[in-house]
Amino acid sequence: MILFENVGYNYGGGELLSDVALRLAPGSFHFLTGPSGAGKTTFLKLAYAELRPTAGQVTLFGRDARTLARDDVALTRRRIGVVHQDCQFLDHLPLATNVTLPLTVCGKPGNTQDLTALLEWVGLGKLADALPPSLSGGERQRAALARAVIMDPDVILADEPTGNLDWEMSLRLLTLLVELNRMGKTILVATHDMNLIRQAKSQLAARVLRIANRRVQLAGADL
Amino acid sequence: MKNSFTALLGADRQADRVVPPSGFTAQLTLFTAGAMAFLAVFALALSLAAGRLADRWASALAGTATIRISAPPEQMDTQVAIVLSLLSTTPGIASARAMDAAEQRALLEPWFGPDLPVDALPLPRLIEITEANPGYDGTGLRQRLAAEAPGAVLDDHTRWRRPMAHAAERLRLLGLLSLLLIAGATGAMITLAANSALAANLSVIRVLRLVGAKDSYIVRAFVRRFTLRALTGASAGTVFAMIGVALLPRADEAGAFLTGLGFQGAGWLLPLLLPPLAAVVAFAATRFAAFRTLKGLT
Ligand SMILES: Nc1ncnc2c1ncn2[C@@H]1O[C@H](COP(=O)(O)OP(=O)(O)O)[C@@H](O)[C@H]1O
Ligand SMILES: [Mg+2]
Repeated sequence: MILFENVGYNYGGGELLSDVALRLAPGSFHFLTGPSGAGKTTFLKLAYAELRPTAGQVTLFGRDARTLARDDVALTRRRIGVVHQDCQFLDHLPLATNVTLPLTVCGKPGNTQDLTALLEWVGLGKLADALPPSLSGGERQRAALARAVIMDPDVILADEPTGNLDWEMSLRLLTLLVELNRMGKTILVATHDMNLIRQAKSQLAARVLRIANRRVQLAGADL
Repeated sequence: MKNSFTALLGADRQADRVVPPSGFTAQLTLFTAGAMAFLAVFALALSLAAGRLADRWASALAGTATIRISAPPEQMDTQVAIVLSLLSTTPGIASARAMDAAEQRALLEPWFGPDLPVDALPLPRLIEITEANPGYDGTGLRQRLAAEAPGAVLDDHTRWRRPMAHAAERLRLLGLLSLLLIAGATGAMITLAANSALAANLSVIRVLRLVGAKDSYIVRAFVRRFTLRALTGASAGTVFAMIGVALLPRADEAGAFLTGLGFQGAGWLLPLLLPPLAAVVAFAATRFAAFRTLKGLT
């Protein structure tokens, strides 16, 4: 689904990532770790065509990311649900409208029952009419997850989704991601929360990728 | 582009909602579109009135100068013959014709009544000249007449209108040029307003792109707004200006140019084209601005 081959990325001040080779197989669950500033967000941006590799090749659903036209990028993003590190919403529209935004922009009608069920599932049923600026960090992260899955995407990428959550809320979000993976979704979570990774490994077979020395390596089982 | 224009006027309110409403820019756009339409109506009225004036004066020019010959009765026919042969060799004269007694009587009748004994009076004979294009040299013709037929006087009473007709023609061009400038200024103004709206909503545009919106969807949200604003503003401006023109005082038919400023008959339909024209200009300008902004984002 997502394939990295000898990928390098350079913002202009030297290569941040080099020689990245990785294949996200359907139904897999990956964690991506590494110190702050290592390039986790950059890696994810390469995976949803926000950035194009400066070396090597990223293949998204069988197509070279570099050859994607602007509309192709839009179509690709409909198949990849992303929970961004800084969850951005349309602040003037209520939560429910924000969650269904991916459907709105591609002209699909929303199903009210599905939406209600989804909001219940992420624990935001009572906040459907709230405006995003009034939400707490954890509520925003869960709203972002709901928005990421509403299109029933094949892949879900989450960038430090528990970054500003307490442990209980982190566990809850992890549970949601694990459930999605059990439903067959391919999941990649960037985090530097080792406890979260241990907790996940007790529930499923997750692989851990670590960014070190500009390379993305498969970490051992010694976590 | 045609398709997106019709889609725009259709049901696509959804796209409109995703961009937050912007009170101040909206008011400014409405106001400017209205003011521009107001000016455009007057420029249009000016062009049309100048055009009518130019046509009227040009047609009055087409022809009529007269040569009046006063001579003792026994010399009259000779002089007429001399003048006619002189005219036939003068460049710039299409035709010349001596009026007969019946025509002269018809001309004088309104002043002196039907019983005027034209034959008994020592009336001058009239020769009607139809001018060619380009016309004849008036001074030269006068000199030749003075030399060969001292009793003949050239009366080219319509010649003074020639520069006036030129001026009216020029005025019509200026009016049309003003219309073009107004359209251009409207486009420039809407581009500026759209750019500022796009810049103010960059974060909205980013979110939309991230959740998979195509450029055309985002562009539509902005284009729809600015097109509708321009249409509304220009409609108001046009209506006010048309009322203003309709209320201009009328003078008599021979009235001066100022009172002829206005629309006649089907001409009243022309200013109604201005609001849709403003909408098309806004549509194109916003679309251009939006696509250019989007190109800089992923
Ligand atoms: N747009 C950018 N331009 C230049 N440098 C950037 C940009 N974005 C990120 N960086 C740099 O790239 C490095 C990695 O950033 P990032 O991928 O966000 O790391 P992480 O998500 O692992 O914390 C950082 O040093 C950051 O300063
Ligand atoms: Mg990051």
